[in-house]
Amino acid sequence: MDFSAILPALPGLWEGMLTTLQLMLLGVLGGVLLGTLLAVMRLSHNRLLANLAATYVNYFRSIPLLLVITWFYFAVPFLLRAITGEDTPVGAFTSCVVAFLMFEAAYFCEIVRAGIQSIPKGQMGAAQALGMTHGQCMRLIILPQAFRKMTPLLLQQSIILFQDTSLVYAVGLMDFLNAARSRGDIIGQPHEFLIFAGLVYFTVSFAASLLVKRLQKRLAV
Amino acid sequence: MNYNWDWGVFFRSTGIGEETYLDWFVAGLGWTIAVALAGWIIALLLGTLLGILRTVPNRWLAGIATCYVEIFRNVPLLVQLFLWYFLVPDLLPEPLELWFKQDLSPATSAYLSVVVCLGLFTAARVCEQVRTGIQALPRGQLAAGHALGFRLPQIYKDILLPQAFRIIIPPLTSEFLNIFKNSSVASLIGLMELLAQTKQAAEFTANLFEAFTLATLIYFTLNMGLMLLMRLVEKKVAVPGLIAVGGK
Repeated sequence: MDFSAILPALPGLWEGMLTTLQLMLLGVLGGVLLGTLLAVMRLSHNRLLANLAATYVNYFRSIPLLLVITWFYFAVPFLLRAITGEDTPVGAFTSCVVAFLMFEAAYFCEIVRAGIQSIPKGQMGAAQALGMTHGQCMRLIILPQAFRKMTPLLLQQSIILFQDTSLVYAVGLMDFLNAARSRGDIIGQPHEFLIFAGLVYFTVSFAASLLVKRLQKRLAV
Repeated sequence: MNYNWDWGVFFRSTGIGEETYLDWFVAGLGWTIAVALAGWIIALLLGTLLGILRTVPNRWLAGIATCYVEIFRNVPLLVQLFLWYFLVPDLLPEPLELWFKQDLSPATSAYLSVVVCLGLFTAARVCEQVRTGIQALPRGQLAAGHALGFRLPQIYKDILLPQAFRIIIPPLTSEFLNIFKNSSVASLIGLMELLAQTKQAAEFTANLFEAFTLATLIYFTLNMGLMLLMRLVEKKVAVPGLIAVGGK
C-alpha cells in the first residue's frame, strides 16, 4: 500500500467531491420542497389529493434508488424531447438530480408529515379562531414549528443522501467515488484510492452525524 | 413522440432457443431473492449478536459493537461493495485468492461478495433495532431474571430477546425490505439480478419504458407481499396484552 499518489490527485478528487455536494444539496432542497408539498397533500381533507400523495410515497419507497437513477437516465431526455418537441441535450447530472429529488421527496414527505402531526391540534384551532385561512395556518403557524422539530431528522436523511449519491456511478457521472476509482485505475493503485474514498465518506458522514446529535440535544426542550 | 409502445415485448423471443424476455426478468428476480435472503440471514445473526453486545454491562464489548455500527453506517454501500469485491480478495491468503478469482464463475464470486457486503451492512442496522428493542423493555425484567438465579446468557435467551424481537418486528420488516432494494447494487459488479436484467432487456428491445415499468411492478409487488407476510407474522407471535399489534 502506497498512499503517496493520492496527494497529487487531490484537486481532481475535490472536483468530484463538489459534484457529490451539488447533487446532495439540490436533492435535499428539491426533495424537502416537494416532500413538504406531498406532506401537506397527504394531510389535506381532499381525499383525491391525499390518495395521490400516498400513492406517490408508497411507490417510491418500494423501489430501489438505483433503479430510479438508471431509469431516469434513460427516460428524462426522452420525456423532454416529447414535451419540447426538439432534442434537448441533458447530461447525466440533470437526470440524476431529478431522480434524487423525486426519490428523496417520498422520504422527506414522511418526515415532514410526522413533524406536522406532532404539533398540538390546538395550534391549528387557535389560528383558525383568529380568522386565518388553511393556507395561512400552515404557512405561518404549523410549518415553522414543525420544521424546527424535524430539523435533526431532515439532516440525518441528508447524510444518508450524501452517501447515496455514490450510486450515480451507475450512469457514469464523475462524483467523488467515481473520480477516485477512475484515478486509481489510471495510476494503477485502485485499492489505495478506494480506501481513501471510504475514509473520506466515513469522516464526513460521521462528523456530520455527531453534529446532528449535538444539535438534537440543544433543540430538545 | 416516435416511441413504439409494445407490451407484448416480454413474450418475444430473445433469439436464444425458446427463451423470452420475460425469462430474463424471472432469472433476475431469482438472483435478487437469493442475494437478499442469504444476506438477511447473516444480517439477522450478526446484528442480533452485536445488538446484545451493545447492551451488556461490559464497556469493551459494547465499544466494539458501537465501532462496528458507526463504521458500517457511515460508509456508502457502494464503496463497501467495491471494497469486498475488488480489495478483499487480494488480501486473502493465496490459495483462497486463486480459488475466488479463478475457480469460481464470475457470477458466483460476485454473488459471494454482494451477500457478505449486504449482510454486514444490514447487520449494523439490525443491531440498532435489537438494541432499541432490548432497551425498551422495563429494567425490572433484567432484575427479575437475576433474582430468579438466571445467568446473563439465560436472561437474554429466555427473557429479553423473545420480548425484544416482538417489539421490533415493524422496523425489522423495513430493514428486510431494504435488503431487497439494496441488492440492486449487485448489478454494478456484474451480477445479473433484476435491475441488471431490466437494463439489458431495455437495451436489447429498445422498449425501455415497458422494461422499467415491469421491473418497478415486480419490486412493488415483492415489497407489498413481504410487508403483508410480516404483518401476519407479527400478529401470529404477539403475546396478548404485552404489546398492542397494529394499535396506535
